[in-house]
Amino acid sequence: MLIGLLLFVFVLAIFLGVELISKVPSQLHTPLMSGTNAISGITIVGALTAAGSGADLMASILGTLALIFATINVVSGYLVTDRMLAMFKRKDKEERK
Amino acid sequence: MTANIGLPIEFAYIVASVLFILGIKMLARPERARRGNLLSALGMLVALVASMFECCISFTWIIPGLIIGTAIGVVAARAVRMTAMPQMVAVLNGFGGIASLLVGWENYHNDPMSTTFVTVALFLAVFIGGVTFSGSMVAYAKLSERIPGKPIRFARQKVVNLAIIASILIFGTLFSTNPGAFYAYPLFILIVLLSLALGVCGVIPIGGADMPVVIALLNSYSGLAGCAVGFVILNNVLIVAGALVGASGIILTGIMCKAMNRSLPNVLFGGLQLGGTSSGETEVTGSVKPISPEDAYFVLEAARSVVIVPGYGMAVAQAQHAVRELGEILENNGAEVRYAIHPVAGRMPGHMNVLLAEADVMYEQLAEMDDVNPSMETVDVCLVIGANDVVNPAARENPSSSIYGMPIINADKAATVIVLKRSMAPGFAGIENSLFTKENARMLFGDAKATVQQLISEFKAATQ
Repeated sequence: MLIGLLLFVFVLAIFLGVELISKVPSQLHTPLMSGTNAISGITIVGALTAAGSGADLMASILGTLALIFATINVVSGYLVTDRMLAMFKRKDKEERK
Repeated sequence: MTANIGLPIEFAYIVASVLFILGIKMLARPERARRGNLLSALGMLVALVASMFECCISFTWIIPGLIIGTAIGVVAARAVRMTAMPQMVAVLNGFGGIASLLVGWENYHNDPMSTTFVTVALFLAVFIGGVTFSGSMVAYAKLSERIPGKPIRFARQKVVNLAIIASILIFGTLFSTNPGAFYAYPLFILIVLLSLALGVCGVIPIGGADMPVVIALLNSYSGLAGCAVGFVILNNVLIVAGALVGASGIILTGIMCKAMNRSLPNVLFGGLQLGGTSSGETEVTGSVKPISPEDAYFVLEAARSVVIVPGYGMAVAQAQHAVRELGEILENNGAEVRYAIHPVAGRMPGHMNVLLAEADVMYEQLAEMDDVNPSMETVDVCLVIGANDVVNPAARENPSSSIYGMPIINADKAATVIVLKRSMAPGFAGIENSLFTKENARMLFGDAKATVQQLISEFKAATQ
């Protein structure tokens, strides 16, 4: 039952993703990529659970490494995306200044 | 294990998912895109805080992990140059992949006896995560030119790759059907190693010019790996976020393939016959007509409508700021200036737009290929700067050319084409460009940046 529900969510999310992404103009594809890349760092939620499981040393090391990589992915991903998007300026806005 | 997590936490995950969706939706409009990214980051924060409430018995490893990761992440994001963005995204994809692999490993290490469904998901997280990581590292090395960008091939490469895939699937089945057996842990380690090997072997034969496709595909994989982790820890927010990223990567992969007139299997397994003796290429007849910067100035000075076609050569020469300045001078001179951007200009989808935006080109001036081509006949001057294959008319005219059918910017249809080029060397595809010998084409040889600056000083000298 739970598994069915998870698969259901998965399939719907794929369709939603296709709908959303096809509307993004090609000039924003690089920030789109780095931004979605940051979202894929959501595995950080799993990494937290892994790093905090309090099991043996091996588990803690694996979990903490996962957490470090996932955190870099999330933090860097959002920051570079923001850096790029800040550069896309409109002409009229510029002239109003 | 998450079957009865608290309702507030469940609710927070829903909020996070909605924020991710809204964030991507807002990326569709440049003026709202930055806020969209912030919303998406907020979603990540919500998910992170929520999971803190349910995740942990001990925080002794978590706090240092978060601090180290954040520090490295902030420094890297600040330091990276815009020209290096493709390799940056490749590295980040890889980190997402390895994180998913490690989470899968920890889950197995901690609790080998799970349901078959969870074990299969775990296997997939490790498999996809491993391929994503090592493949991304190879892509990074190629893009940053730490290893040659040329395809690296060895005998029976396809057979080796297929053998690796087959063994991973066989071992994966053995592992998933009996994760508690004495042989299961060694088998698991073997799967990890084989997945890493597959990433390397899979990306190494792909040439530097095809890297945009590879990054887009690995982007998709990093999302799917996250998805698989979601099935392991039975958490919807990972599944939603991972699926969104997976879909995004697949769409971008498709767009890039279409722009290069190649199929995905052809990019992954076929490769372009680089340097091959393709008999059908246009025999370039006629002579190239060089033009001096002074004469180019007179042509540009008289132009009312100018289209600039930038290629990666412009970025390599660090000429984008000079090009923007020239564009402004031309506008002040009364010309309409547009930048025609081919989908595969640069080293990843949309890369050229970022480089021009960094040089303060307004995004309304950045036009897509399909918007420029219909009006190309009315353009006075088309200025090709560091682009080659994407303006090669052979793609339209010569059915036996290896790039025939590839959508191109019809630079040759402008009244005059001025091509800024260092030398007559062919482009990435390694084929001659019949544009250079057309009647209306003039070659302006030299370093792109120096040449553009020369043009600028011609204009300045004239107005003084």
